[in-house]
Amino acid sequence: MPPERQASPPLRVEAERQAILPLRLEAVTLRMGRTTLLEDIDFRLTAGPCTVVLGPNGSGKTQLLRICDGLVAPTSGRVVWEGPAAARAAEARALVFQRPVLLRRSAAANIDYALRLRGLPSQERARRIERVLTDTRLADLADRPARRLSIGEQQRLALARAWALEPAVLFLDEPASALDPGSTGALESAIRTIRGEGTKIVMTTHDLAQAQRMADEVLFLDDGRLLEQTAAADFFAEPETAPARKFLRGEIL
Amino acid sequence: MSELGQAFVTALRLIVELDPDLAEIVLLSLQVSGSALLLAAAIGLPVGAVVAILRFPGRRAVIVALNAAMGLPPVVVGLLVYLLLSRSGPLGPLGLLFTPTAMVIAQTLLIVPIIAALTRQAVEDLSDEIDEQLRSLGASFGQRIATLLFEGRFTLVTTLLAGYGRALGEVGAVIIVGGNIGHVTRVMTTAIALETNRGDLPLALGLGILLVGLALTINGLAQGVQEVARRAA
Repeated sequence: MPPERQASPPLRVEAERQAILPLRLEAVTLRMGRTTLLEDIDFRLTAGPCTVVLGPNGSGKTQLLRICDGLVAPTSGRVVWEGPAAARAAEARALVFQRPVLLRRSAAANIDYALRLRGLPSQERARRIERVLTDTRLADLADRPARRLSIGEQQRLALARAWALEPAVLFLDEPASALDPGSTGALESAIRTIRGEGTKIVMTTHDLAQAQRMADEVLFLDDGRLLEQTAAADFFAEPETAPARKFLRGEIL
Repeated sequence: MSELGQAFVTALRLIVELDPDLAEIVLLSLQVSGSALLLAAAIGLPVGAVVAILRFPGRRAVIVALNAAMGLPPVVVGLLVYLLLSRSGPLGPLGLLFTPTAMVIAQTLLIVPIIAALTRQAVEDLSDEIDEQLRSLGASFGQRIATLLFEGRFTLVTTLLAGYGRALGEVGAVIIVGGNIGHVTRVMTTAIALETNRGDLPLALGLGILLVGLALTINGLAQGVQEVARRAA
């Protein structure tokens, strides 16, 4: 369904950006060789709440994000963007990988690269680069080679690059997995700022404390299956399924 | 004096005297192999990168063929080009046989597989690391190729040097399609072969020392440029 583009007055940026959501997954299964990585996943993500995908290592969290970001096609099932701007979904989403992937150029040039791919004019690129570098406290490092930055700085730069794209949906894969508590705090506050600007956050973590700090809604994955999609308060108070209860108690699943 | 010692003296004298005949030979060597390198890079870099990230039926066979073609004997390549360019061959009417152009064509064919195969390996390793990020950022196929080649630039300099070294040092292909004609198609390697046959071993060895020295200089320069560039990235 092509979105109506003409004749309507310019929407507020936030409203326009959100227009690719909701995101619906229908019976999504992902197999590689004989291994089933995800099985029969159904959910619907709406604009607004911060969705945290929770689950033990190897439960399929990363694969789920890759499918949502369009990097892999599910073996079966469908991924549907239901919003009126669904046709533009590819450029309205961004993914920050667990291990930051930066190019051999300066920090600022890494962001510029991503913005060029979107065809933005140079003034607008410069404005966004300055803005996100400042807000991730990387402004002083703008001209430093990105791959020489510390791992924490690299994580923030990868986040800054995704942020500069002003996506409707931002997927974050274990964004703080390699960070010390101080850096984690800085990263989480940047994520909150991005969320405050109207970007839908979908992040994975295996860190319960982080999930409790960030989540409005929890998707609980175990062994490639989606066991729960619950409001965060309910999930942490009383999970519906036994594996989730075990996970919350810190037991090995 | 031993022959080796004599050869060094000869080499030194050749350089110091700046013999115009020698200068011509050296210059033609650099020109022919340099042109072949430019052409082979223009073909081999993109081909290697495409094979690295595109999944298509027969890809494995292509990789095996590319890797095997790195070891193509220069005389065989020379012979193929000779057949193509000889008067009765399909490209005979162009009249290219026994010209420097024919030598460039032969050396290009010789080193395209080297550049393509090594590029394929380098880009494939790199793409494991960054290609998914590029796709996520919305890069088109062409943009991914360009970015991967640029990101691999330090490794690829070595790849190009390997190709250049192969071209500069081979004798089999250029002697067949060039004919080693003095002042026309004589290059360092064919001159060495000629002087050896004539029995002027010190001259042959002197030329050889010059050739090795040239290769060292070029590699040293490339290494220097690479280090300066690496510091900035």
